[in-house]
Parts: sequence; C-alpha cells; structure tokens
Amino acid sequence: MPAETNESTIRLCVRPEAQESGFYASVKRLWRRISEPIIELCIRLSGLIVVIFVFLIFLFLLRDSLSLFRDYPLAQFLFGRKWLPISDPPQFGVIPLLLGSLFVTFWAVLICVPLGVGSAMFIAEVAPKALKNVLKSFVEILAAIPSVVLGFLGIIWLGPVLRDTFHLSTGMCGLTGSLLLAFMALPTIISISEDALTGVPRSYREAAYGLGATRWQTLWRVVLPSASSGIVAAVMLGIGRVVGETMVVLMVTGNAPVIPTSILQPVRTLTATIAGEMGETVGGSEHYYALFAVGLVLFIITFAVNFVADLFLRRARK
Amino acid sequence: MGLRHQAILTSVMAIFLAGCGESIDPNEPQGFIQAKGSDTMVNAIQMVSEEFMKQYPHVFIAVTGGGSGVGIASLINKTCDVATASREMKPKEIEIANKRGVYPKEIVVAFDGVAVIVNKNNPIGKLTIEDLHNIFTGKATNWKQFGGRDLHIVTLSREVSSGTHMYFKEEVIQLGKKDSKEEFSGETLLLTSSQAIVEEVAGNEEAIGYLGMGYLSDRTKALQIAKSAEAYSPNIENVLKKTYPLSRGLYAYTDGESQGIVKLFIEFTLSPAGQKQFAESGFVPVQVSPPTTGSQSSTGETVAR
Repeated sequence: MPAETNESTIRLCVRPEAQESGFYASVKRLWRRISEPIIELCIRLSGLIVVIFVFLIFLFLLRDSLSLFRDYPLAQFLFGRKWLPISDPPQFGVIPLLLGSLFVTFWAVLICVPLGVGSAMFIAEVAPKALKNVLKSFVEILAAIPSVVLGFLGIIWLGPVLRDTFHLSTGMCGLTGSLLLAFMALPTIISISEDALTGVPRSYREAAYGLGATRWQTLWRVVLPSASSGIVAAVMLGIGRVVGETMVVLMVTGNAPVIPTSILQPVRTLTATIAGEMGETVGGSEHYYALFAVGLVLFIITFAVNFVADLFLRRARK
Repeated sequence: MGLRHQAILTSVMAIFLAGCGESIDPNEPQGFIQAKGSDTMVNAIQMVSEEFMKQYPHVFIAVTGGGSGVGIASLINKTCDVATASREMKPKEIEIANKRGVYPKEIVVAFDGVAVIVNKNNPIGKLTIEDLHNIFTGKATNWKQFGGRDLHIVTLSREVSSGTHMYFKEEVIQLGKKDSKEEFSGETLLLTSSQAIVEEVAGNEEAIGYLGMGYLSDRTKALQIAKSAEAYSPNIENVLKKTYPLSRGLYAYTDGESQGIVKLFIEFTLSPAGQKQFAESGFVPVQVSPPTTGSQSSTGETVAR
C-alpha cells in the first residue's frame, strides 16, 4: 500500500507538461506562482467591498435623513405622535410607525419562536432519518414562498377568518400581519436552531444517558442549554427578518397610522410607510427626507438586532 | 391589482414580440411610451393603449398605476412620458417641476365621480357630504347614527399617494376649505389599491370606502350623495350635469407640449375611439361634456381638446 501511494505522488509531482520547456510552459509556471496572490487579493477585495457598501448605505441614509432635520425638529420626529405627511404643515411623528413595527414584531416572535425552536428540536433530535430529510426540504420550500403570495392569502383568507373568530370590525389588523410574518421567519429560526442543536457534541448526550437521564431530560436540560447561544442567534435573525419585511404588512395590516394599543387593531409599520409613500414623493422634498429618516430608524433597529445575533453566534462557536 | 400586472406583462410581451418583427417602415410611428400614475385611471388607460397599439403596431406603451402622486413624481423625476392623475397638480409640485426643467402641460381626458361604497347588506342608501365628513374624520363611529344597524364604522381610504385620497380630503375632510386643519381619522385604514377597497367592502358589513366610478360593480353598493337637499347617484348623467357633488376631472400631464408619438397618443386618447374606452370603463368622456369645464391648466395654458 505505501509503495503505491508513493508512486502516485511522484506521478502527480512530475507531470509531463511541467518538464516541458519553452514559452508556454514558462508562462504556466509564472501563472502558478502569481495566481495565488491574485486570487487572495480578489477575495480580500470582495470582503472589503461588502463592508464599504454597508458603510456607504449608512452614510447615504444619514445624509438624506439629516437633511430633514434642517427644517424639521428632531424631537418632533422622534416623539411626534402623528404621521400626516401630506397635510399642511406636514407632521412626521415616527412614534405610531415605530410602535406599529414593534407590536407586529413582538407578536410574530411570540408565535414563531416556540414553534420554530420546537420544530428544530424535533428535526434534530427526535425525527427518524427519512422523516428528517423530508421535513428539512419542506422547511426550505417554506422559505421560498414569495411574501406577496402570503400577503394575498392574508387578504382573501386569513383576514376574514380572524375577523370572524375575534369579532373584529376588520380583518386588516396587526395580528394578521404577525401571523404571516411568523410564518415567514420560521424557516430562518428552524434551520439555524437545528444547526445549533446538531452541533452539540455527541459526548454530552452520551454523558447524560450514562447518568441515567431520559431522552427528554437529555434534550431539555443538556442539549438545549448547550445550544442556547445558537438558538438565540436564530431568534435574533428571525426578528431581523420580521422587522424588515414589507410586502406582507403593507398588504394586510390596514396601515392606519394610529398609536396601537392592541394587536387586533390596524397598525402601520415603518417598512409599509416607506413602501407605500416613496413612489409619490419628489426627490428632495421634506416628505422624501422624512422617509429616509424612517429608513434610518429601521436600519438602526435591524443593525442592532443583527449585531446581537452575531455576538451570540460568536459565543456559540467558542 | 391583477389588471395592473397584466398591463405590465402585455407591454413586456409586446417588446419581445417586436424583436421578431419584420423590417419597419421608417416613416411609421414607432417607439416606447411610459404612462404612469392614477390607479383610478389605470384600467381605462390600458384599454386606450391597447387600441392605440392595434392602430400603431410599432409603438409600445407601458401603463403603470400606483397613484396620481406616483405619476406626477415620475414626471418631475423624468421617468415617464405621460403622467395620469385624478387630481390637478398642486402649485407646489409645479414649482418643483419648473425648478427641474419640467413644464407640465395639463390635458383633461375624462370626467369621473368619486363613489362612496358600502357593503350590500348595509341598509343605508344615501348620505350627505356632512355625514361623510363626520364619518371619515371619526366624529361619527356608529352606523346607528345614520339610521343603520348598531355596528361600528370602519373607514377605508387609499394611500396618500392616491389622487382620489387628495380629492376626497379636500372635498369631504376639509369641506372645500383650503385652510381647514381637519384630518382623516387615525383609525382610517389606508389601502394600497382601489381593488383592495372593493374586496374589503364586499366582505365587511361595517366598512365604508371611496373610489373612482370605474371601480363600481355589483359586489358593493354605491351611496347616493347629497350636498344640500337632493341626493344623487354616481352615474354618467349626474356627473355630466355636475349634480353629483363629488365630480372631478381626470388628467394627463406631459412635459411641455407633447411631441411625436406622445402627441399621437394624447390625440388618440381624446379621439372618439379613445374616449369610448373611458366610457366603457365607467367614466364620463370629455367630448359629450359641456365645453366649459372650468379646469385651468397649471402652467396657464388652456386645456388641449
């Protein structure tokens, strides 16, 4: 066996074309020497470009939002309770929109986290191999459903169903949005939590079983806590997805810019406001800058959420 | 919404089909027109464009909705050739346009009544402008106050980019007073399309919404509206006679005097063949209307006919 390996190694090293002399071969040798640094440079550049893009987007957002505050007081934007962009004078109070986004997100998270982590636990620990593969591919299909399709389902089916169930005056309310958003965040939460659970070392489980723990005790008290940072990261990424989602909320939440007191009320989110109003604003107007300021608020929220998720993911890797 | 997408699709398909066409006579009108704006008018304009494209097969017209504000903003940003709008341009918008070297020219292409619709099971048949004002500003919140059933009133409105929203705000919320500080009630749902309003009203007994006459169907009930004593239905006759209180013009805007294929398209829109499409979509053609429309062009020019 060893001799055979040696022979093949030699054959690999002394390939016939390497022995050839002449122009073609020397170019090839040169290429081999410089190709590695070039590729390395390219990879480094693409990494840098991503960072530069994020930075430029942030600068762009900041520049256009700050233009708003030349004419419109910052405090009135941050603490204003009314969003009346086309009135005279306009009012750009971000509070109803911010609360709208927070309400919808909170309920979506409340719905999708137990479901998502539960499914991940089932897929990772309980399901037999065949079922596991089927389930995993279904989760992927779930992620591929376009949000506009979900929004349409929300209008024609989920909204009326919720209206009749809770005796509401309209089905276009925060809960309809939350349910659909929960549905959209599920694939993210399931696949990342599932990865985290599968990543728990086998020896942990063996030790738990060795101490006489049942399967449930092992899963609940050993595997889940050791995968907790990964699961928190999954939840945070799910939240990021929910906060930033636009189409579904624009279509089903009713978009009334009122300060919400209940999830069964119509709400208007930050994203829906930008999507609903951006088309009609004229570049450079106060309304246009106000929408950028809303975008900046949104950017800060998603950035914070992703940052926290990243912190936990880092801890999970250690 | 479906029709709007269909509109885009047909135009895209037209472009592809054009690729396989035979050689074109260089004297024949050809090119691409982007018409954007009013959601109220999108179906009618689409029908006009289809007729137009039948007559001039080498001109392709993309029709998009989104709201009058979207069309006007696109005209100012120079991303469309024709902006359709169910309201006049505001002086402020014209000022911004002029600053950017765009000089909008206004053309009245049809007339429309803004219909107020309720669910078919709602016993109420007519309301006054005052009633509508109270309902949409949130001063009245129960159908009982108007002789209906003991149900909460759900008010539906279009998004702020809609010309119908602007028109309704001026005529009903502010009651025609420019300096009025009244606003839509905060509870008002802002929906993204006229079709969404039809869907919600058709399925919700408590809902009331408004939209262009072209969107009226058997699925909802249009209310008779009274300004003083007499109430009138939103129909062609009443809009023509201006007895229906919520009557308005539908406009097309071009950058300066239209030229080439855009001019051809505007002329076609105002021709009997084009006006027929507006009539079929439920609007009132300009031709049969009395000549004094009172609409003044925003740039001071007279309205093209």
